[in-house]
Amino acid sequence: MRVRLGLIAGAACVAVMPAMAQHSKPNDAQIAHIAYTAGALDVEAGKQALAITRNPEIREFAEQMVRDHSAVNEQALALVKKLKVTPEDNATSKALAAQAAARRAELARLSGAAFDKAYVANEIAFHKTVNGALETTLIPSASNPELKSLLQAGLKLFEGHQLHAEHTAKATN
Amino acid sequence: MTRKAVWRALFGVIAWAMMPGATASAVPAAAKQITIGAMSIVPLQLTVKAGETVEWINKDVVDHTTTEKNAKIWNVSIAPGKSATVVMKKAGSFEYYCRYHPNMVARIVVTAPGRK
Repeated sequence: MRVRLGLIAGAACVAVMPAMAQHSKPNDAQIAHIAYTAGALDVEAGKQALAITRNPEIREFAEQMVRDHSAVNEQALALVKKLKVTPEDNATSKALAAQAAARRAELARLSGAAFDKAYVANEIAFHKTVNGALETTLIPSASNPELKSLLQAGLKLFEGHQLHAEHTAKATN
Repeated sequence: MTRKAVWRALFGVIAWAMMPGATASAVPAAAKQITIGAMSIVPLQLTVKAGETVEWINKDVVDHTTTEKNAKIWNVSIAPGKSATVVMKKAGSFEYYCRYHPNMVARIVVTAPGRK
């Protein structure tokens, strides 16, 4: 099972990367869409976890993901409104959404400890992917200073989530 | 007590409460402040004397905690836009972090009273 979960998480990262490579210099409207999509997908993942898991540590982590990503997405929406930028759908957002849908379907077949492990493994992989994209593509490509600053704070937040997910994985093993 | 006497006493209390500085004795000594904003803790190290109060102000849009790392001497949640205080009772050097975002780490050095 562990090998299978690793493959799913790894496949998610590999599939999203080519989309980012093709659009190595996204514009601010696309960056805003990618960042918002990543947050919204993790909120959905958190809600799925809360509907399935009974593990208190996993619940606390999932609640935090829902809370944090919802708050940051609200902040992102307020910023794009202020900047009069309309988020623009793009290949990277689509790849992220498609992979997340596939992972949700896989996770929906699991329960108990198997679900908990898979959810946390996916959270680690997902945050690694998004953090890599923020660091190497989204932040350097952002031209508006306020958007860049929000993305930089977002990167610190998501790095915190990745570390928290890693701690939670160790604690629930 | 007559009704007049009651009113006089009540007026006296109100007048006393409205005097400048009248409530100062109820306010504790100024807390040493730490700001959490854009996922950063400022300052990263703070020195206080034992018995002093430290206040964390959360300027982020997400919840944080201030959690002493080794023995969880303190572990307090701070909602967005809110603050939390802890009285530093014991001298020592204490590393603390945010339980929700473990990459946020800082330190408080508590010196014995009377020492600089």
